[in-house]
Amino acid sequence: MDFNYSDEQIALQETLQRFIGRDYGFERRRELARSALGFSAEAWAQYADLGLLSLPFPEEFGGLGGNAVDIMLVMELVGRGLLLEPFSSTVVMCGGLIRDAASEPLKRTMLPRIGAGEIKLALACYEAEGRYELSQVACTAVGGGSSGSGWRLSGRKTVVLDASSADYFLVSARPGGDAAHAHGISLFLVGREAAGLTLFAYPTQSGGRAADLRLDGVAVDANALIGAPGEGLAIVERAVERGIAALCAEAVGIITALNEATLNYLKTRKQFGVPIGKFQALQHRMADMFIAAEQARSMAVMAAVYADSDDSALRRRAVSGAKAYIGQAARFVGQQAVQMHGAMGVVDDLIVSHYFKRLTMIDLSLGDVDFHLARFSDMLA
Amino acid sequence: MDLKYTPEEEAFRARVRAFIEAELPADFRDRMRLGKRVRKEDLVRWQRILHRHGWGAVMWPTRFGGTGWNVIQQHIFEEERADIGAPPQNAFSLKMLAPVLMTFANSAQAEYFLPRIIAGEDWWCQGYSEPGSGSDLASLRTSAVRRGDHYLVNGQKTWNTWGQYADWIFCLVRTSTEGRPQEGISFLLIDMKSPGITLKPITMLDGEHEINEIWFDNVQVPAQNLVGEENKGWTYAKFLLTHERTNNAGIGSCKRALKHLKEIAAEQVSHGRPLIEDARFRDRIAQVELELMALEITNLRVLSAGKPESRSLGPEVSVLKIKGSEIQQTLAELQMRALGPDALPYLREALEMDWVADPSFAEHYRPYAPPLSGQYFNLRKTTIYAGSTEIQKNIISQLILGL
Repeated sequence: MDFNYSDEQIALQETLQRFIGRDYGFERRRELARSALGFSAEAWAQYADLGLLSLPFPEEFGGLGGNAVDIMLVMELVGRGLLLEPFSSTVVMCGGLIRDAASEPLKRTMLPRIGAGEIKLALACYEAEGRYELSQVACTAVGGGSSGSGWRLSGRKTVVLDASSADYFLVSARPGGDAAHAHGISLFLVGREAAGLTLFAYPTQSGGRAADLRLDGVAVDANALIGAPGEGLAIVERAVERGIAALCAEAVGIITALNEATLNYLKTRKQFGVPIGKFQALQHRMADMFIAAEQARSMAVMAAVYADSDDSALRRRAVSGAKAYIGQAARFVGQQAVQMHGAMGVVDDLIVSHYFKRLTMIDLSLGDVDFHLARFSDMLA
Repeated sequence: MDLKYTPEEEAFRARVRAFIEAELPADFRDRMRLGKRVRKEDLVRWQRILHRHGWGAVMWPTRFGGTGWNVIQQHIFEEERADIGAPPQNAFSLKMLAPVLMTFANSAQAEYFLPRIIAGEDWWCQGYSEPGSGSDLASLRTSAVRRGDHYLVNGQKTWNTWGQYADWIFCLVRTSTEGRPQEGISFLLIDMKSPGITLKPITMLDGEHEINEIWFDNVQVPAQNLVGEENKGWTYAKFLLTHERTNNAGIGSCKRALKHLKEIAAEQVSHGRPLIEDARFRDRIAQVELELMALEITNLRVLSAGKPESRSLGPEVSVLKIKGSEIQQTLAELQMRALGPDALPYLREALEMDWVADPSFAEHYRPYAPPLSGQYFNLRKTTIYAGSTEIQKNIISQLILGL
């Protein structure tokens, strides 16, 4: 039982904090969100220099051998800085998936390039009919016979996070049959330039980028398959669980920053001749927000620690529990932070509304409160 | 950062469990498990068993005869105790008074009282609240006037827990009316057998006698029973309250209650199926379980951050008190709600061991049912005592947030 960060972790935290303070102020972030790319290519290069992009990869692939707690620490600052770069998609989810499930040659090809900042990836595993259910896969993969001739992928993937800048996609598909069946799903690596792949790209409510993907007989070769054919669901779930743990930490970073901003406002904004923080109704609300932040932090720690576990039931319970809990805490803190800022809370000029929107979109990404509460609850019976 | 227990801690857990399983008297265990009335004699018997094993005071340092366990070991002991169904020990003496005696009392007081506490010889209760002084405790008026070698105490205390069993009471009394109200308070130890003390039971909403009013009418208290300095009692009282609130996280008891709730929900029937299969009810359990999972880690984070040498914690314990008390209440509420209509019968005699249900009644009314509604009603106290939730939020906003 140990709740302390190591010296290396503290050093990493301080470096990233300095970077955000120096190069990623709120105004800069707003410009980036409105830019064509939607994030900072320079920042991405700096993350590579800092080792962030190879953080969770084994040393033999040029990585730093970090764990989910390292990711938590980074993601908390991603939250605080409202960083827009596709770190979670590329490094945590797709990079983690390749590390966990890809063949040696593919790892050797992909992981060092991810770590160097040369390529970006996006996870294309949700479809319109499935909402948050990863087993809902109508996308088809035809071929894969003994000839080793590869597959042709057809179908659609919806709201693929960080798709517009991705060089590769990880796409779930199945030979056909029942689109909701847990078995039969395979996972493929698809290049951005593949013939038959089209994107409908759009910004998201919280400043990021996403796209719907359309695959019309996209040809991939035999090496594009990741993991055993038909066994892709567990691989994708594990990647998404890592992504959820990362989102939980991001949310805690935002909750903490929002509480600081709100507390500061309570101490400086005067009405009726006194700082509004003198009013007990607001003091108690702020105390509730503080409690929510502490509890949310505990859940993010739990999610991070168990995200690395090999026990899938334990992992699922911890990750879904944390996502359901933090989603509710984030909603409470986000809404109250806006409320306590009064009209200042509902304008675009203040970071408060941007934090609030990001928290809201975090809840709606990778399974919302209801989805994960049901998963957690179903494991009780 | 790691949430796993070490192999040494796991071995410790096994040792604690084996000891409690072996030594907790079976009749007492049944009484606890079925939620029957707890008797002082059982609690004293258990304290003496623990003491004989050297575990009479798990929070105390070894130099006072305690186990010297660290916070993780204490947490493990508490979890195992609660899970097996052993009772909590007397918190008033072991966890509240004792740290004050260790820190502020003179050596004669410490050497006399502490061994008697750990051996289960003295039962202590607390004299803090008064009719006009609840949350505003510093306004208390019970007076102690120095007359040579003793104090003359007059006044009234209330909301006193289990004073009917007590040998001693530690009291906050007013020794001065000068300056701020906090500056005239002293910490006095009073023998409950002293002439002039009258105790009157207060019946609680569950129909039980747990709390009392206590009157002091010219009670003579030897001056040597003053703890620390005269008029410095408020400092000691605040010190004590941070210890009291730490215990109120009650993680072990909450985990036990959650387990019991699931057992009840698995046995109760709704729409022809176990209640726990009803997603609407199960989601309520899930929500409180999530709160408890979070609080368990928050509790360990707060305990780990505290300085071990001071054995005292900062204002963060208010978070533990607020959340812990709310979770206790929610669990009790769900246990009661799980019974549905069987929550309605009020059978005072069913809280005794020898009660036997009428056979036809017992077809639907389960042995775990009798205490549940009363426990729900009774536990409304948890967000009120030891500094109400509202007072805790004041503490958070003033001491942590600086508002």
